[in-house]
Amino acid sequence: MKLSVNGESHEVNLPEDMPILWTLRDVLGMTGTKFGCGKALCGACTVMLDGQPIRSCSTPISAAQGKQITTVEAVSKDKVGQAIQQAWVELGVPQCGYCQSGQVVSATALLRDNPNPSDADIDNAMSGNICRCGTYNRIRDAIKLAATNNGGAQ
Amino acid sequence: MNTSLKNESLQTEITNISRRNLLKGFALTGFVLAVGMPFSGFAEDEEAPKYGRDAMPHGWVDNPLIFVAIAEDGSVTIVSHRSEMGQGVRTSLPMVVADELEADWEKVKVIQAPGDEERYGNQDTDGSRSVRHFFMPMRNVGAAARMMLEAAAAAHWGVGVDEVFAENHQIKHRPSGKVLGYGELAKAAAALDVPERETLRLKNPDQFRYIGKQSTKLIDGEDIVTGKAIYGIDVQVDGMVHAVIARPPVYGGKVKSFDDSEALKVPGVIKVVLLKGSPPPAVFNPLGGVAVIAENTWAAMQGREKLKIEWDHGENASYNTDEYRQKMLEAASSSGGKVLRSSGDVAKALETADKTYKADYYIPHLSQAPMEPPVATARIQNGKCEVWAPTQAPQASKDTVAKWLEMSPEDVTIHVTLLGGGFGRKSKPDYLVEAALLSRAMQGRAVQVTWSREDDIHNGYLHTVSIEHLEAAVNADGKATAWLHRTVAPSISSTFDASSVHQMPIELGMGVMNIPFAIDNVQIENPEAKAHTRIGWFRSVANIPRAFAIQSFIAEMAHDLDRDHKAFLLELIGPARKINPVELNDEWNYGESPEKYPLDTGRLRRVVEAVCEKANWGRDLPAGRGLGLATHYSFVSYTAAIVEVEVSEDGELTIPRMDIAVDCGPQVNPERIRSQMEGACIMGVSLATVGEISFKDGAVEQDNFDSYQVTRMNESPREIHVHLLPADDFNTPLGGVGEPGLPPIAPAICNAIFAATGKRIRNLPIRYQLES
Ligand code: FES
Ligand code: FES
Repeated sequence: MKLSVNGESHEVNLPEDMPILWTLRDVLGMTGTKFGCGKALCGACTVMLDGQPIRSCSTPISAAQGKQITTVEAVSKDKVGQAIQQAWVELGVPQCGYCQSGQVVSATALLRDNPNPSDADIDNAMSGNICRCGTYNRIRDAIKLAATNNGGAQ
Repeated sequence: MNTSLKNESLQTEITNISRRNLLKGFALTGFVLAVGMPFSGFAEDEEAPKYGRDAMPHGWVDNPLIFVAIAEDGSVTIVSHRSEMGQGVRTSLPMVVADELEADWEKVKVIQAPGDEERYGNQDTDGSRSVRHFFMPMRNVGAAARMMLEAAAAAHWGVGVDEVFAENHQIKHRPSGKVLGYGELAKAAAALDVPERETLRLKNPDQFRYIGKQSTKLIDGEDIVTGKAIYGIDVQVDGMVHAVIARPPVYGGKVKSFDDSEALKVPGVIKVVLLKGSPPPAVFNPLGGVAVIAENTWAAMQGREKLKIEWDHGENASYNTDEYRQKMLEAASSSGGKVLRSSGDVAKALETADKTYKADYYIPHLSQAPMEPPVATARIQNGKCEVWAPTQAPQASKDTVAKWLEMSPEDVTIHVTLLGGGFGRKSKPDYLVEAALLSRAMQGRAVQVTWSREDDIHNGYLHTVSIEHLEAAVNADGKATAWLHRTVAPSISSTFDASSVHQMPIELGMGVMNIPFAIDNVQIENPEAKAHTRIGWFRSVANIPRAFAIQSFIAEMAHDLDRDHKAFLLELIGPARKINPVELNDEWNYGESPEKYPLDTGRLRRVVEAVCEKANWGRDLPAGRGLGLATHYSFVSYTAAIVEVEVSEDGELTIPRMDIAVDCGPQVNPERIRSQMEGACIMGVSLATVGEISFKDGAVEQDNFDSYQVTRMNESPREIHVHLLPADDFNTPLGGVGEPGLPPIAPAICNAIFAATGKRIRNLPIRYQLES
């Protein structure tokens, strides 16, 4: 089976119901994408599949055939992702940081889709991403900052 | 360059390096540890009682040769010996060193110490102690290194050391304007003697460049947002295999029999291993069970689902939290429990009072549920064991793994990774032992044990379950005359002694003994409570139920007496005075000296007044909204919170705003203090509104974040305002930061709900209680 991750193609010989998460982490050695619940409940494992945020713990590799997987490791390849990462650093969003891979990917997907999100848009896009350390308020501020820096909110 | 730290193989850098380097260690060049043992700061007088950092196992170390290395290119490497779990310690303590060293933060790298307390001093990252205990030792480290660089430069120029000074990564010669960079001086400086502690020239606080400032960038920030940061679950070791374990669902249970034939058929499964259980007390021992080892975590999980296991559940199989709560209520309602503190005559005061109050407050078990579940990787080679893990307790990990492998602790190395949250769960090294035992079962091959979220929730070291029973009396003027508190909760001590039914000093010193109220008749009792699950530390620990009960109760009294809550609270706290905790029978005082750290009611009053002013206490609000106030003293810091809630007609709760004021003494890294307070506010919302672990037939009823809920972005307070109250100066003793923000949140929320709706919540979580 062929998997395209961050623009690179990988040939893998795995059961087709194997989740993308464990394929990335344990087979391809890409550990940026995190495990938090395994049941699509926490968002730690969020990656983009053809630009749409998905929970990789609950998405089998068969669903990624012919599609592009983008992980946190490649978020900086586009302008929106960079703006998100910069805003995250500038506002000191992370505490332990473990959920932040998923937060950064979800926020990047949001902002690509919607350059000027309202509070309600942010709630909708981000409430699937749990942060046990409680960085939500800074995440909200950072999304708004990134939107401004990226020419969204004026 | 042929110089390197002798222990380079023990140093593990946890970010910014390739996998291979993670295992090879990190060669430090520059400062060389020549000979001799680190000088540690133990007091000379062995007889005198020890407090604070002096009283911790292995004390503290302030030798710059242990903590700092400077390379020829000028890069400064600082060792973080405390674990990073989101509190920012890998930034805050190295930042203290860098400040005294006059180092440029952009040129600072931080590496993580392995578990080795003889070398680094105490490493137990808990109790809100890291900065409180290591601010001074780390200042010493930086100052000593700076003075060695100054001395090296003075020798090089052949001038007096009083003619040179350090500034921004350079030593300058004042009269001539000559300059040498730290990299150029590193080697010569490293050859000099470390100055005696008494001769160190510390900076004046007005010279600080990072300490107390808002601007220091998080050392791991960039790595985190780019996915490069290495947590325990991200460790990869050559040849590593993956394991998950089916553990006994009931505390003290064990495997009766199992059938692994189907599990072994799952593609990728390599081996199934029976792990011996350990009967209570749990201590830090693994729970035992059946492990499935596979080529990847997913295959191991699939294999585990195919196991058929018959359990012997043991004596805790009848643990039901509903029944247990009734039992606790009964214990709380009768006198005869152990009396811990008694002044005046409470019974008589209650009997003869004009008015009395009585209430019970319940908080269920809670799971820390750090986003990164417990995980560890172990490998055994040539009679030595290496473990990579996110642990708050590196030394206890070393000792416990060594005990289980029957090795000497010197043969066990604990590499501390970043922690994806800890909150007390990762103070217990049971999961490291599991990895080590499974590596042994695989002839030393590297094994990574991952806990699923279900494992984390089913088999935790939970926050206790508690009833706090309060009674009070007031006289005809509405002044409080009596205070009775019965605290009923299984103790953390039961995790170390299965027969224990009473709370220990550290739990009693968390807001039950050390209440500072100006009331004549006070009695504090602790009826028995037996544990039926592993009880552990959870951020803020026993302060959570005490603050909830006491701060709710005071609001209830104020309301009944038609008094303003703030005014009544301040009246109870009484005038500003410094109370010696020993007079309150609090023998613990967070391990700090009772003289240096009295309970200062002036400071408690000040946080209450500050938060009321900032949040505009008493402001008019539309119908359905209310403000709630609460305060608490914990970890030798003072906090007060005001929460604004809105409750819709169908009982939906939202939180438009929270204010929290904190006085934690001098603020070393104010930016991280703010983030800790923000996080505490949200964790407080979690436990107040949705957090609950319940038991049926001995087993936890919740499984994952669907049934054990935590607060999400859409439910979190829309605004959080943190108010940091300045200390007089940097000579004021430091207070804790990681935990003190949490206790006042739940009662402030419930007091606000009462203000909004007239409904009083005495049992957490609130969950559906607001639906009419
Ligand atoms: S790990 Fe995938 S949503 Fe939690
Ligand atoms: S930063 Fe720790 S879980 Fe979000």
